Amino acid sequence: MSVSLKAKIAEVFEEPGCDKNQGKSEKERKKGCTKQLNPGAAAGGCAFDGAKIALQPIADVAHLVHGPIACEGNSWDNRHSASSHSQIYRSGFTTDINELDVIYGGEKRLFKSIREILEKYDPPAIFVYQTCVTALVGDDIEAVCQRASEKFGKPVIPVNAPGFAGPKNLGNKLGAEALLDYVIGTVEPEFTTPYDINIIGEYNLVGELWQVKPLLDALGIRVLSCISGDGRYNEVASAHRAKVNMMVCSKSMINIATKMEQRWGIPYFEGSFYGIGDMSDTLRQIAKLLVQQGAPDDLLERTERLIEVEEARAWKRIAHYKQRLAGKRVLLITGGVKSWSVVAALQEGGMEIVGTSIKKSTKEDKEKIKEIMGDDAHMIDDMTPREMYAMLRDARADIMLSGGRSQFVALKARMPWLDINQERYYPYGGYEGMVELVKQIDRALFNPVWQQVRIAAPWGDDGETLGAVQPAAKPLDFLATAAARSLGLEPEEVPV
Amino acid sequence: MANVVESKKACAVNPLKMSQPLGASFAFMGLDACMPVMHGSQGCTSFGLVLLVRHFKEAIPLQTTAMNEVTSILGGYDNIEAALVNIYKRAAPKVIAICSTGLTETKGDDVDGYIVTVRKRKPELADTEIIYVSTPDYVGGFEDGYQHAVTAIVKTLVKPLPVRADQVTLLPGSHLTPADIDELREIIEAFGLNPIVLPDISGSLDGHIPPDWRGTTIGGTTLEQIRAAGASALTIGIGEQTREAALALQEIAGTPMEVYERLTGLEVNDRLLQRLSALSGNPVPAKYRRQRSQLLDAMLDGHFYTGGIKVAIAAEPDLLLAVGSLLHEMGAELRCCISTTKSAAHALLPAEQVLLGDLEDLEQAAADCDLLVTHSHGRQAAERLHKPLLRIGFPVFDRIGNAHRRMVGYRGTMDLIFSIANLMLENMDHHHAGDWPLTPEALRAATTTSARMADVTVTAGSCSTGSCGGCAPSNPTDLAEASV
Repeated sequence: MSVSLKAKIAEVFEEPGCDKNQGKSEKERKKGCTKQLNPGAAAGGCAFDGAKIALQPIADVAHLVHGPIACEGNSWDNRHSASSHSQIYRSGFTTDINELDVIYGGEKRLFKSIREILEKYDPPAIFVYQTCVTALVGDDIEAVCQRASEKFGKPVIPVNAPGFAGPKNLGNKLGAEALLDYVIGTVEPEFTTPYDINIIGEYNLVGELWQVKPLLDALGIRVLSCISGDGRYNEVASAHRAKVNMMVCSKSMINIATKMEQRWGIPYFEGSFYGIGDMSDTLRQIAKLLVQQGAPDDLLERTERLIEVEEARAWKRIAHYKQRLAGKRVLLITGGVKSWSVVAALQEGGMEIVGTSIKKSTKEDKEKIKEIMGDDAHMIDDMTPREMYAMLRDARADIMLSGGRSQFVALKARMPWLDINQERYYPYGGYEGMVELVKQIDRALFNPVWQQVRIAAPWGDDGETLGAVQPAAKPLDFLATAAARSLGLEPEEVPV
Repeated sequence: MANVVESKKACAVNPLKMSQPLGASFAFMGLDACMPVMHGSQGCTSFGLVLLVRHFKEAIPLQTTAMNEVTSILGGYDNIEAALVNIYKRAAPKVIAICSTGLTETKGDDVDGYIVTVRKRKPELADTEIIYVSTPDYVGGFEDGYQHAVTAIVKTLVKPLPVRADQVTLLPGSHLTPADIDELREIIEAFGLNPIVLPDISGSLDGHIPPDWRGTTIGGTTLEQIRAAGASALTIGIGEQTREAALALQEIAGTPMEVYERLTGLEVNDRLLQRLSALSGNPVPAKYRRQRSQLLDAMLDGHFYTGGIKVAIAAEPDLLLAVGSLLHEMGAELRCCISTTKSAAHALLPAEQVLLGDLEDLEQAAADCDLLVTHSHGRQAAERLHKPLLRIGFPVFDRIGNAHRRMVGYRGTMDLIFSIANLMLENMDHHHAGDWPLTPEALRAATTTSARMADVTVTAGSCSTGSCGGCAPSNPTDLAEASV
């Protein structure tokens, strides 16, 4: 690993905003907190994945992956952070290196790729992502990017987070470091207002930011930049002029918030857009901090009035569902901020949480879960798919909310499932999103299909199609079995 | 026929290609009670896993050796051993199949050697078969990985056996779906022959509901079946990518082989059925004679919508050949053909040129085409160009039922023809009243005399339906005055 990357990772782990870190000695803190991954029992993305996820929503930028085809060929076009302007971020750019590049180095190909992108697409900037193989052979992407920036007069930003550096969460932070080192503070906004804020760690999945932004607009609060959902390069570059930072996804990019506080004195708070109460709290916090930073006092009052109107409307719209969903038990398998922010939202919908995963949650997240759920919080550290399956098959939960990869655990157990992660089709942000969430849960739970798929096959093998791998029963056996069943006996009890 | 040209670009934009380890893992999905493992960092597996899940809408068993920076440099022996032991403990698969990645190949990990050492150190793994295939990310693509994996399965597990006259080995290419494999199995069995399908994703990725949760693949070719392949009387490969494994079978067990370049289309299926008939001594069953006749009718009905259309198609070599050839046979012109890697299949493609490139190349060449054909990633280009997109191959993540789409045999060919024809029908341009305006000269000529001009005005004003925008009075006040 290059010296600069090592230094960067150490720096990320210095994070003063992390309470886990504060409990450690200085020596321990330097060791960092990346868990050693367990070969053969690991899942989830890598550091490159994390960096790409964090930065790709900056929509007018070309994101160029320097590595073999696996890194971009297998992953592009997987996540949909909606954009209201440029679509270039949805294109996959990769150097797709070959054997000769591995042997002689891929720097020339990288440089040429940058030139090709600028000539053909002319984006305001290019982000260049390091990957395992090109890091291993020693391609110096920082140097290539610097040279390309000088030569072409456009920002070319190196993102040094090769996959083997660690897990996805580390990659989020390394991506954020690239913004801190090369982007934020390099452009001055055309004008500023006392109502300028940044939103950090919000990726505008399925357009969730747009469910929230009208509320801010109505209050006259300007989102100077969202890092990085629906982002524009120049907005992110001028983020240092905001008055307040809001952190959305717990800790994924906390280093941006803490460093912006150190460098430009911008206070930050952590909030959630999920659930009625949390959305209101978030609006209050923004208003309070803005007023502290010099915005006119009347903002507080206007905010309260807006909250009152919006809450009343939201409660009215979910009343019908609340009745139907009362007491329904939910198994929530997700990570980070959603392990508590969605819990609150589900409870508002009248549902019971039989378990929430805390695999990727911080200590603060866990505190919040306890606060919301009381002492008997069903926190699940690491549930295997088999355990989830058993829980659902035994109907200890009525529905599972999780990401797409574990959906079949629920579906094969013939239980309802709703996507709560990045591949979902429905936005759940703000008051609007809460209504949508409750509506979707209702839709999933009460679909008559569940009765259908649970009907047992009349010939007794429960409709399973395992016959494909098991020898089919002989017709005689089948008749004997049917005869036995009709007499109320188990087939074994009947001599054939 | 087609001339193969390699892209000169340094930067691939909107890649068509996917990596070798992913193709290899896909092949291993077709072995029963198997756990494929990618020897690399976590992301390699994660990306592949997500694609497979989104395409098949199935739980996908796939593991990683979770390489980090230290193990990458020092060598991954410990990770391989830990992965094998952990997987054995957790899922107890019958087969653990390892594919390398760009990271571990760059480092130069000697996985074959590692496995020998693991065997010595971990006797508990004695009953678990371990297959290894070298699949660096920076060489070839999905199809190449699949090809090498099938060959590795054969070389690791097949031994020569006394020949059974009624048994054939079927090697499906990676472009075949579970439904395709089922179709071929049914055809072979209809002749009284017993096929061993290697690998058989129709048992594992066909979307059935197993009675219990299994951490490994939930069906596919069993170890016993693979071993029994040494007794087959014939190897049938579908697609150029199966030739390597077919040759390996020939070398190991002396099995004669036949590689069909595709099984989408009329003539190739005729050939297959004739061959099966000769091998088994049984006539072609009535069922297939009837299906053949239905396919002929479908081709007749379909040709109205495919004749003369210009097609831009991007796919891996064998799939490109299968779909491209059928389109050509149905009267379409293959205006732009993009593929991922070199293959003998390209020589057979009825097109002038095959470009080894990406979807940007497709998009740029498709401006005057009527139809785009590629995987789901082509939807962005299709949106921008406002053209219909036929989704084929892998990944197709914005449609369900991919496992059950059938493209081989008479029936599969018929299904594909219907899909294409219906897509063209759906996107047919509807004509509007203003589509054929007269030229200014013609108008002027028609309105030179004042008498004619008066006629024209009267005609325009007499339009009573008001549904055609072209003849509405240009000034609303005129109408208001007229009605007063």
